Amino acid sequence: MYAKVTQLILIFLISPFLFGVINRIKAFFAGRKGIPLLQTYYDIFKLLRKGAVYSKTTTWIFIAGPIISLSALVCACAFIPFAGHRAFFSFEGDIVLFIYLLGLARFFTVLAALDTGSSFEGMGASREVQFAVFAEPALFLSLAALVRITGTMSLSDIFANTTINTLTTLDPAILLVIGALFIIFLTENSRIPVDDPNTHLELTMIHEVMVLDHGGIDFAYILYGVAVKFWILGTLLMSIIFRTNSGIVFFDYAVFIFGMIVLAVAVGIVESIMARLRLFKVPNLLIVALALSVLALTLTMRI
Amino acid sequence: MNSWVDLNIIAIVLMNFMMLSSSRIRICIRVVAIQGILIGLMPLLAGVHSTTYASLVSLSISIALKGIVFPYLLLRALQKADIRKEVEPIGGYPLSLLMGVILFLVSCWLSSRLIYAKPLFSNLVVPVSFATFFTGALIIVSRTKAITQVLGYLMMENGIYLFGSALLGGQSLLVELAILLDIFVAVFVMGIAIFHISREFDHIDTQNLTELKDWVPSKQE
Repeated sequence: MYAKVTQLILIFLISPFLFGVINRIKAFFAGRKGIPLLQTYYDIFKLLRKGAVYSKTTTWIFIAGPIISLSALVCACAFIPFAGHRAFFSFEGDIVLFIYLLGLARFFTVLAALDTGSSFEGMGASREVQFAVFAEPALFLSLAALVRITGTMSLSDIFANTTINTLTTLDPAILLVIGALFIIFLTENSRIPVDDPNTHLELTMIHEVMVLDHGGIDFAYILYGVAVKFWILGTLLMSIIFRTNSGIVFFDYAVFIFGMIVLAVAVGIVESIMARLRLFKVPNLLIVALALSVLALTLTMRI
Repeated sequence: MNSWVDLNIIAIVLMNFMMLSSSRIRICIRVVAIQGILIGLMPLLAGVHSTTYASLVSLSISIALKGIVFPYLLLRALQKADIRKEVEPIGGYPLSLLMGVILFLVSCWLSSRLIYAKPLFSNLVVPVSFATFFTGALIIVSRTKAITQVLGYLMMENGIYLFGSALLGGQSLLVELAILLDIFVAVFVMGIAIFHISREFDHIDTQNLTELKDWVPSKQE
């Protein structure tokens, strides 16, 4: 029990740190010094101390949006395994609940954006939903492929069974799932080939434009929610690729956290060397993820 | 099950998807060439009938043709006709990629319905060869430039070759060589034809060929 609580606390404490790592890598590539590693924490604390301004056109949905999104994401955290150890909650079929919690978080972010009544935010909401149409089936299908491989419907069991051993036998289905999950990971966290988290150029923003009208505490919730979501989806990826199963619990934790930092470095490198795709090319990328996951699923069905 | 064979098959399917989503003809030509090489190498990877002298000759001929001669001919045609990019296919890239996924599922269904001898390697070979065949057909139908249609034709041949090498083994040698000869002539002729079309009409968009009709004198101004 203590171990499980420790897992959750570690997730909640560490997740904003990864953004600092990404920023450092990008700064390194650009030859800058970069913002402090803990900047995301400073931002969140600064925002928590501030009050929020609400427009007259908004209703309670606007205030509820960030709170519900964050709580859905925090709940989703309780279902993801940490370093190959069982998650806080797990039951047969929690995979569906997990995906729908992510969906709920997205739904309320979009709803809050629409509630502002600004056409600008409506544009971002429409883009977010348009890309989700492709990204969510891809996530579902790649998890379904993992379900077929491991024969269990609980996230904890799936990631307890897909070990590095399956990778060394070069199971093609797993490789395809990793490819699909990486694309989904970048999309859902609005990272560079799809969306640029730094830019505030109106024509191309997706996530940032949706949360533009939130301020103060609400924005702190959103910022923290984004960090937690980054951790959640990163865990799906890193639990397959990178973890150890030595007997010592805290050694495993340390290795896994190191793995997540490696993932953040990888994202930073991708962001530094790639340009973002033109907006109408994004569905193409997402359909590639869909194709990979369909392929993985068919492979597991036939063998 | 041999996992290298499986990886190879997956690579072949991914080439199909890449072919459907890429807009650069140069990349498309290379993709088809690499796919041809991978399919040629398949029996060697699987370790079937690699011992017979005749099948080795057939393998090396097909790899040499598909991996070196065809891309060379097509790239030369490309250079002479001075084309770089494919125009947007009918329905757009996302749709054609989605069609590719659907065709893959259809070929999985189809191969589960058909009755055939057990393939010499990996059960996946049959659905993948169907998928490659259908993808080639899809490219012929949905692309508008003559050179990409030739690539679709080559891709269909890749599918047929994969099917033959998986189900018939070395016996298909003569048939394969005959088909290869046909394809060789086809690509050769199309290379020249594309050059002439482009010199005559300034483009190789076959969409405009549908409008060919008897010459009607234009209205007097």
